[in-house]
Amino acid sequence: MLAAVATIAFFLLHAAPGGPFSSERRLQPAVQRNIEERYHLRDPLWKQYTTYMGGLARGDLGHSMKRQRSVGEIIAQHFPYSVKLGCLSIVFAVLFGTAMGVVAAARRNTATDHGLMSLALVGISIPSIVLAPIFIRFFALQLGWVPPARADGFVSYLAPAAVLGLIYAGTIARLARAGMIETLGQDFVRTARAKGVTERTVVWKHALRLGITPVVSYLGPAIAGLVSGSFVVEKIFQIPGLGFYFVDSVASRDYPVLTGLLVFYVGFLVALNLIVDIAYGWLDPRVRT
Amino acid sequence: MTLAATRPRSPARDAWRRLRTNRMAVICGGLFVAIVVACLVGPAICAAFGLDATTLDLDLLAAPPSRAHPLGTDALGRDLLVRVLVGGRIAILISLTATGVAIVIGVAWGAIAAYAGGRVDYVMMRIVDTLYGFPTIVFVVVIRAVFDTQSLVSLFALIGAISWLTMARIVRGQVLTLRHREFVEAARALGARPTRILFRHIVPNTLGAVIVYATVLVPQTMLVEAFLSFIGLGVQAPLASWGTLVTEGATQIAVSPWVLVGPGVAMGLTIFALNFLGDGLRDALDPQSRRL
Repeated sequence: MLAAVATIAFFLLHAAPGGPFSSERRLQPAVQRNIEERYHLRDPLWKQYTTYMGGLARGDLGHSMKRQRSVGEIIAQHFPYSVKLGCLSIVFAVLFGTAMGVVAAARRNTATDHGLMSLALVGISIPSIVLAPIFIRFFALQLGWVPPARADGFVSYLAPAAVLGLIYAGTIARLARAGMIETLGQDFVRTARAKGVTERTVVWKHALRLGITPVVSYLGPAIAGLVSGSFVVEKIFQIPGLGFYFVDSVASRDYPVLTGLLVFYVGFLVALNLIVDIAYGWLDPRVRT
Repeated sequence: MTLAATRPRSPARDAWRRLRTNRMAVICGGLFVAIVVACLVGPAICAAFGLDATTLDLDLLAAPPSRAHPLGTDALGRDLLVRVLVGGRIAILISLTATGVAIVIGVAWGAIAAYAGGRVDYVMMRIVDTLYGFPTIVFVVVIRAVFDTQSLVSLFALIGAISWLTMARIVRGQVLTLRHREFVEAARALGARPTRILFRHIVPNTLGAVIVYATVLVPQTMLVEAFLSFIGLGVQAPLASWGTLVTEGATQIAVSPWVLVGPGVAMGLTIFALNFLGDGLRDALDPQSRRL
């Protein structure tokens, strides 16, 4: 599948009208030829394709046309920032969202339930493009709790992770509530209650594990969405992660970086989805067959 | 007993009655209609007061809200109220058409998969599963960037093309339960062709679920448009959408926050109203379904 994506990426790259060099002032023919040679642009198409795929097989994602670096180097240096941000926001979203959903389910149809679910819907409805600048203005400039931008230390990740996680926290809260309500009506929960287990233990121990399976299966799509969310948040908070580079390579029309990152993202997400599937089987023994 | 008293209620009427009892959903529906109407007729009314989207008020560059400019002005001295209203037209137009595209693809995909069944169904739904884990939006970014298109039509089409997955799943589920019902048998007994059975008899019965999900899809596509505009691949100047206005506001948050507040509130309210309306419609049209 990765090969398919890489092939699409390769041909997209070549269908591109112009390139990063075409818009600049006219180069001397010799310079032009040197550049073209460096990026194998003078080879026939099939040879370029085999060179590119061969490079990919060895883990070589190509070279930037704007910076003197390979795509692999860019990923190695900047991906850790995105991972930190992504993990923090997922943790935030899952903890916050699950807690809200479980509490709402336990107090179904009370004012608490309605209040929490409306709050979740508000969270889903505020675009991060709007929320991120407001956070900067309020928490960084007005209150001075966190630095307004840049990644220095743990504190600087808090605000962007909260912005990034909030939308998913809302959806997770709704999923957790639905899953918990269904689970709380099942026989094994009734058995636990009949044994005299306290309500708190029933909810948080017996029902939780099965009740949050919808949340786990949502994590796959959520992480895919997190990637695009990180573009916005990293750009606004000036965190030098991969998303920042992705947006940057769009602006500077650095196609090898763009397609290289695309291949990387797809590979990364396919691996993550596999992990989510395994986690699902662990949480709900019934899908293990 | 009179005949009038036993007159059967149509399902649509029934749903409408249920929806009306959900006060928040009705308010949110009204709010959305009000926003749409404001965006349609608002600019004309503002023009009567001497405000339009392109006039530069050079005495008031990036001025805070005032009587002359209720939402303030942007860095070039343009009135933000009118810009928000005009931008709303584009934002709503894009999300409605993109949703339309997603409905067409999703309904056809899900209905065909469910009706064909067997291996066809398996392959079609595995494709959907695979795409779910994909950063499809990244593809859109790459395609828009590489082809350097600025056309609005490709924007609708691309946003629609990545938004149909959940719709396909929902419709498939519906068709699976419908395809063995008596009225389908009847149609088949009368000799109707499979395509006719599927699209004339089964698909119209999935309409409730489709409407519910479409209501939630509109705000989602609106967010996608805003995202694309943010990274410079969405709506291009001189056109403006909420996405581009919000992006503009985001860069000026430290100096002139009102540039963000106007479009941000408009966009947030619209999305919230539609999400809430979607919830209400789900309860009204599709009482058995679980909340997502």
